[in-house]
Amino acid sequence: MNAPDIAAFKPQDFKSDIKPVWCPGCGDYSVLSSITKGLASLELRPENVAIISGIGCSSRIPAYTTCYGFHGVHGRALAVGTGLKIARPDLTVVVTGGDGDGYSIGGNHFMHACRRNVNMTYIVMDNHVYGMTKGQPSPTTEPDWHSKLSPGGTGVRVFHPLVIALAAGANFVARGFSGDPNGTAAIIAEAVRHPGFSFVEILSPCVTFRPEQRAWKEQAHAASVPMTDDPVRAARRVMTDDGFNIGVLYAGNRPPYQPPIGKGMEGAMARIEKEFAL
Amino acid sequence: MSARAATRKPAKRKAPVAKKATRRPAARRAPEKSDAYQSFLAQAHAMEREAAQRYDELADQMEVHNNAEVAALFRRMAEFERKHAMRVLGSFPETPAESGEPRLAVGVPELPETISNNELHYLMPPYHALELALESEQRAVRFFDRVAGSSKDAKVRAAAKQLAEEEREHVRLVKEWMRKVPKPEAGWDYDPDPPNYTE
Repeated sequence: MNAPDIAAFKPQDFKSDIKPVWCPGCGDYSVLSSITKGLASLELRPENVAIISGIGCSSRIPAYTTCYGFHGVHGRALAVGTGLKIARPDLTVVVTGGDGDGYSIGGNHFMHACRRNVNMTYIVMDNHVYGMTKGQPSPTTEPDWHSKLSPGGTGVRVFHPLVIALAAGANFVARGFSGDPNGTAAIIAEAVRHPGFSFVEILSPCVTFRPEQRAWKEQAHAASVPMTDDPVRAARRVMTDDGFNIGVLYAGNRPPYQPPIGKGMEGAMARIEKEFAL
Repeated sequence: MSARAATRKPAKRKAPVAKKATRRPAARRAPEKSDAYQSFLAQAHAMEREAAQRYDELADQMEVHNNAEVAALFRRMAEFERKHAMRVLGSFPETPAESGEPRLAVGVPELPETISNNELHYLMPPYHALELALESEQRAVRFFDRVAGSSKDAKVRAAAKQLAEEEREHVRLVKEWMRKVPKPEAGWDYDPDPPNYTE
């Protein structure tokens, strides 16, 4: 049978038959839509894309797509994604997760993934809270956010993922907003196209534990300045903006890290497949 | 390893991929200048299809959260929109089958009749769902009115006028439907067993 025409793949073709179980109103529904629109706009085929995740609400995303998927260990999605991309550079690798998974449990992997600059895209759905485990403060939670689990707030300053990414060497840094699914899709497509480690932070409200985040739709706005290839300038902008600038902030020129396939490794995939054949 | 395998040349590996995708996205191609009418029909058809698809997704969300009444309502709206998409094809046979994909860019909204994914609540009553449907139909009316009043192409203006009238009829029907369902009382979102941590 001939493979279907590439142009035949629509965003809907990237969605699986599994119904998401996120809370109605959750921003992650729109992010899923943005990912499928972005991949379709790149004329990719689902079987040539792998979506890797860790643990958390947003990390359910691989199951909701028809791409290859790996629902991994908490905070270790980037390690899995890195290994996969190194072994299979022909695949488009998209790593997904939340702020708790990526910036706390996986914080170390985050920094080193930026530093290594492997050619893959990391999408973080940031809602400033651990939603799946019932609302504990995450690294991006405001210090004065009061809840029954954090009376009076944590008093701990927030983690600045975009600045950390720039400082650690990410080759592409952008911020999206789930309330702008087409804009986020365009950013994701650009991130996937850009060589090296591309990082897209998406503000994605948690309507259950942070219902006040529904107001983000009034706060999010397109970045008023064009993207830069100067990480220092980009970092200064991010440190001084209101946290709701949407768009590509930085696109660098570092060559991606892709080690040559080592001697004796040429047939490794075939050997592994043979070993695990059912 | 067999002798044959030992002498076989290793399969050529592709060079490391410098770019993850080399094709330009379809969404960025400039539209043909000569086919305003075709583009408009494609857009109108895509609007109905996308609206139907979104209603189905909203119905799925409500089914997962056991709000069967609103799920059924959204499912019914999806069916209406699918029928309307068919009617667009029937009324305007020149409608291209596959086009009208939305442009992807920061700040470019979804198509006018598409309800946002982010407006739902798991306990929402049918009245609120109908409010969302009403807003979407009103957006469609405004869109077609705007095209009918601004296009330089007479065929586009005529088609937009017809579609605006159809959407106005939908607005009327949704309003009629809203009169038949109870208005939500205060505290409609009270959940005796909420997901939030309460101890």
